[in-house]
Amino acid sequence: MAKLASALVSRLVIIIPYAWLLFFFLIPFFIVFRISLSQTAVAMPPYMPVFDLAGGLSGIMEKLGEFSLDNYVWLTEDVLYFNAYVSSVVIAAISTFLTLLIGYPIAYGMAKAPRSLRPTLLMMVILPFWTSFLIRVYAWIAILKPEGLLNQFLSAVGLIDQPLIILNTNAAIYIGIVYSYLPFMVLPIYSALEKMDHSLTEAAQDLGCTPAAAFWRVTFPLSLPGVVAGCLLVFIPAVGEFVIPDLLGGSETLMIGKTLWSEFNSNRDWPVSSAVAIILLMILVIPIVYFQNIQAKADDEGR
Amino acid sequence: MKSLGSIRRSFAPWADPASKPFISVKNVTKKFGDFTAVDDLSLNIYTREFFALLGASGCGKSTLLRMLAGFEQPTSGEIILDGQSLAGIPPYRRPVNMMFQSYALFPHMTVENNVAFGLKQDGMPKADIAERVAQMLKLVKLEKFAKRKPHHLSGGQRQRVALARSLAKRPKVLLLDEPLGALDKKLREETQFELMDLQQELGLTFVVVTHDQEEAMTMADRIAVMSHGKVVQVATPAEIYEAPNSRFVADFIGDVNIFDGKVISAEDGYIRVETTGGIPVRMASPDKPGNGATAAVAIRPEKIRIGRQPPAHAPVNAAEGEIWDIGYLGDMTVFHIRLKDGKVIKASSLNAVRAVEDPLGYDQQVWISFGEDAGVVLKD
Repeated sequence: MAKLASALVSRLVIIIPYAWLLFFFLIPFFIVFRISLSQTAVAMPPYMPVFDLAGGLSGIMEKLGEFSLDNYVWLTEDVLYFNAYVSSVVIAAISTFLTLLIGYPIAYGMAKAPRSLRPTLLMMVILPFWTSFLIRVYAWIAILKPEGLLNQFLSAVGLIDQPLIILNTNAAIYIGIVYSYLPFMVLPIYSALEKMDHSLTEAAQDLGCTPAAAFWRVTFPLSLPGVVAGCLLVFIPAVGEFVIPDLLGGSETLMIGKTLWSEFNSNRDWPVSSAVAIILLMILVIPIVYFQNIQAKADDEGR
Repeated sequence: MKSLGSIRRSFAPWADPASKPFISVKNVTKKFGDFTAVDDLSLNIYTREFFALLGASGCGKSTLLRMLAGFEQPTSGEIILDGQSLAGIPPYRRPVNMMFQSYALFPHMTVENNVAFGLKQDGMPKADIAERVAQMLKLVKLEKFAKRKPHHLSGGQRQRVALARSLAKRPKVLLLDEPLGALDKKLREETQFELMDLQQELGLTFVVVTHDQEEAMTMADRIAVMSHGKVVQVATPAEIYEAPNSRFVADFIGDVNIFDGKVISAEDGYIRVETTGGIPVRMASPDKPGNGATAAVAIRPEKIRIGRQPPAHAPVNAAEGEIWDIGYLGDMTVFHIRLKDGKVIKASSLNAVRAVEDPLGYDQQVWISFGEDAGVVLKD
């Protein structure tokens, strides 16, 4: 009896994450997918067909026939969407690379710091999260604007006589994304570096590597899982980022998050914005799944 | 003169004043903050020697090894290798290689890439690397595992990869930090002899750090017994065992019975000692301490005889006692014998025959005795 109960409990524990995924990912995904196949309508909700049970089974079957891929065809016809996707991926990729460039040395420094100091450093990386994301992005406006803190400082030092135009350019978006997502890069790299056996770099030096060569041949390759995780954690949300380009970027900056927002709110075109969201998901999920397959195969080798 | 055990291969450059040491550690001190890990230590190691640094954990033996490898710099003093001072030379420019206690195999590389690592770094031509790696893997009998990653190997196999990797660059000196510590007993004993054969075959100088006295005794030409950052004695295994220079060494290496007492007389290379338990002892001793000086006589358990009758030389070098404990180890039996004054003596006897008539049992009254050259008089 007790055995049966414990089996039930362990089942239940397994069910919880699956239930979570079902309710908060799979079902919303299908709702969005279903809307992306619908047509826009001046109604509430603003699309059709809308299912009801009044028409019976044949009514539902009839309405299923109204589904079409028109919205996806529409996305391919207007070059705006294509440009928005490409520009989002490019901006996200550049930002991810910059975040890596800044985040890796921070993570490395933390992992090499005295053990007693590490919790404090970790706390300092996480600390900005305790302030609202929106407030932090707004603060950057005050820093970057032509009469903002940065320009005041630079002209006071005498480096510039004309204020730098940073706000409302792509540079401001990079700054915003790098700043906001830095902890997501630092933490996985730190955790990969921290659990690395120190004697590995000593062994590399013993075998003739200078400290720099030891880093590139041993430390960096071994931290790659952390680098990949950090890059994904930054790249994925950055592609769909809306707040940062909206507040810091200029009107000419095209990002898919902004496009989606205007389709949804200004145009009230739920079906097209759903299609935009589905395509965005595909752009992100397919390469990641492909990459993970390669990774799994590489792990299998050498057995 | 009697020899203290056989000296291996009659190899003894340390006894020859004309031979020059290959590694010379001169008055080296290493401090970590307030803690002195190595304290004014001097040592000579000779070419092709298998040298062991033996001591309990924290005695400074690993720090000394790390200074030879270049991972630590001496606070003061100097290390000379092949006539050249190692001061300021980083690990990657030293003609020594180290085998790490944890093996430190690169987990992202296959066995052959691990072995080739140092050669690639030196820019050796590819064909030569392939040849050397194949040779090394053959040496450690791992040809079949060349393409495997370290985490798919057993502990013993990893140990061999680490060995092959550290030998691949043909270092002048191989440093081994507890090379067999992670292996189980049976494998450890096998590997000890393999390491010795390898060292002979390659003609290299090995410096091994170990806390396992049996390992040091088996493999090394000479052993440096260390304690608190100092070398207590440097000698061959036989000398260390049969002629320890101090109570610490006598106690640290193997089992020993120590009889404390006072010197009564000293003449003709023998001294007479009256032990605190009242046993009159006559023992060979090159030194002549003054009468009334304190003396300690150390006698190994296997050199103590046990009998039911008092020996002919009783009461000198003999005492009556009771069998208190018996430990049967298979190859030999260890007896704990309690003397009249309460002192417990360890005596061991080889089980040379499979069965004996009327074996010694618990609580029996017996006589222990020992010869006049069975023990050594300790100076401190």
